[in-house]
Amino acid sequence: MVRRNNITGYLAAIAVIGVTVVPLLFVVLGGFRTTAQINASPAGLPGPFVFDNYVEVATSPQFWRLLGNSALIAVIATTLAVGLGSMAAFALSRYAFRGREGLYTLFTLGLLFPLGVAALPLYLWLRQLGMLENPLGVAIPEAAFSLPVTIVILRPFMHAIPGELEDAALLDGAAKLGFFWRILLPLSRPALITVSVLAFVTSWNFFLLPLLVFNDSTNFTLPLGVAMFQSEHTQDTAKVLAFTALSMIPALTFFVLAERRMVGGLTGSVKG
Amino acid sequence: MMSAAITTRPPTAPVPHAPAAGGTRRRSRLRTRLELALLLAPALVLFVGFVMIPIGVAAYYSLYSWSGFGPLTDFVGLDNYVDALSGDVFQSAVGHNMIIAVLSIVVQLPLSIGLAMLLNRKLRGRTFLRMVVFAPYVLSEAVTAVIWLLMLQPGGFVDEVLRAVGLGGLVQLWLADQSMVLYTLFLVITWKYIGFGVILLLAGLQGVPAELREAAALDGASPWQTTRHVVLPLLGPTIRVWIFLSVIGSLQLFDLVWIMTLGGPANASTTMAVYLTDHGFKRYEFGFGSAVAVILFIICFVFALFYQRFALRRDTEGAVTSGVR
Repeated sequence: MVRRNNITGYLAAIAVIGVTVVPLLFVVLGGFRTTAQINASPAGLPGPFVFDNYVEVATSPQFWRLLGNSALIAVIATTLAVGLGSMAAFALSRYAFRGREGLYTLFTLGLLFPLGVAALPLYLWLRQLGMLENPLGVAIPEAAFSLPVTIVILRPFMHAIPGELEDAALLDGAAKLGFFWRILLPLSRPALITVSVLAFVTSWNFFLLPLLVFNDSTNFTLPLGVAMFQSEHTQDTAKVLAFTALSMIPALTFFVLAERRMVGGLTGSVKG
Repeated sequence: MMSAAITTRPPTAPVPHAPAAGGTRRRSRLRTRLELALLLAPALVLFVGFVMIPIGVAAYYSLYSWSGFGPLTDFVGLDNYVDALSGDVFQSAVGHNMIIAVLSIVVQLPLSIGLAMLLNRKLRGRTFLRMVVFAPYVLSEAVTAVIWLLMLQPGGFVDEVLRAVGLGGLVQLWLADQSMVLYTLFLVITWKYIGFGVILLLAGLQGVPAELREAAALDGASPWQTTRHVVLPLLGPTIRVWIFLSVIGSLQLFDLVWIMTLGGPANASTTMAVYLTDHGFKRYEFGFGSAVAVILFIICFVFALFYQRFALRRDTEGAVTSGVR
């Protein structure tokens, strides 16, 4: 009984791996072929391996500029969201004041209002503020839209840290803000990592807002670049595949490094 | 990690004040206010400035006919809303969003539950399997769209593989056939997002004590009965959260469609967000586009409120409403 279950289990597992991995292999291996080979036999394997596509993409300034733009925007958005979000979460979890719950509800309402829906109004607003063609015009709204989830995850976490620690710190003469900086933040590290990963990945993958804000392709982020490269090189499938494969690397690397924590963080945020 | 929130004091309980010595009490209250302002103001400014104000701005623009340049002079009242809601293309866009939402629940949910149960077993290489299932979720929508655009080209990878395994009869004009395109997109969406559901449900499954299943098995329940009557009810909260996220995601579907089909052919795959971007941005109908944005916002908002009220309430009560020290 158990063995039969395990055999069906392994069969299903192989099917899942196949469906998930084959498209990725198609991209990576396709980058090692020529467009003529791909057209002749779309599902074939490279033979012999051609390195030109990857070399060409990896040595093009365009690719690195896209990567740099994406990284800059994601770092600014993450820093802002986590920095300001943890300050607000501290106030909302460790102070008693009138209107606290109302304020918290206001932030949680942001969860119901995703950036995708707001992109057009946001574009008009950014235009009025003169922030088009500016990395900050993408990074700041992304940070603003990451605030709700940051606060929703951090507040209970900060709240769960025992009050005795705070009392002890205050008795030792620390100011409340000193307690926040020297004790609470270091203790909140697991939750801070989770919200940082979420904010970073959201920003890294975001498509619609940069699409609206940037007209000049030197400002483009990686997702925009991939879409643009594809539409500009429709005749050169192999090069598009190489470009796409290389642009997958940062996200997948980041994922492999952060996987444990990300899954743990998601777990925590849903169990509530 | 949020379990602590559930056990906290209810909001009505008195909040203990920090002890303050008589003379310094006023000073320390002033100080607390300053600290609060310092801590809260930056986040509040960011949130109000870039989340709340754009909604208000959109609601305002939506009452005008406006090409995006020059002053707002052509006040049209609710005409933009009437035009949008009565237009065929918008109505079919709403329909497409609904189809995707319903298909997600009918197809992806059982699939996610099955995969999660599979991955929850003691299989060798389980950790690796989890990472593989989750990997597409980490890729950007743009990368996903380009991958599948290339694989689904007529005579491309998918067609060749189907022919090679003797299923050539299934070959379609995946993205060019009006009656097919929406379902093709749904398959791509499933590929991309299934991992997220699986991870959520796995987390939920880990909250189901093994003793309960063993007890059910001892009482003579079949594996199916145990799943149906013990495991699934306990997964309820996770499933409800997943449905919420999935419907909201379906309502805002944009990136994949924009890159793969631009809503075509002949609007057969247009979604509300594609329609909105197409009109507001490509055709410079900013007043009209704003009206569509407000409609989309209201749809999401109303759904969220109802869902919170009737389905999620029990689940989130602890996390959202509990008092804090």
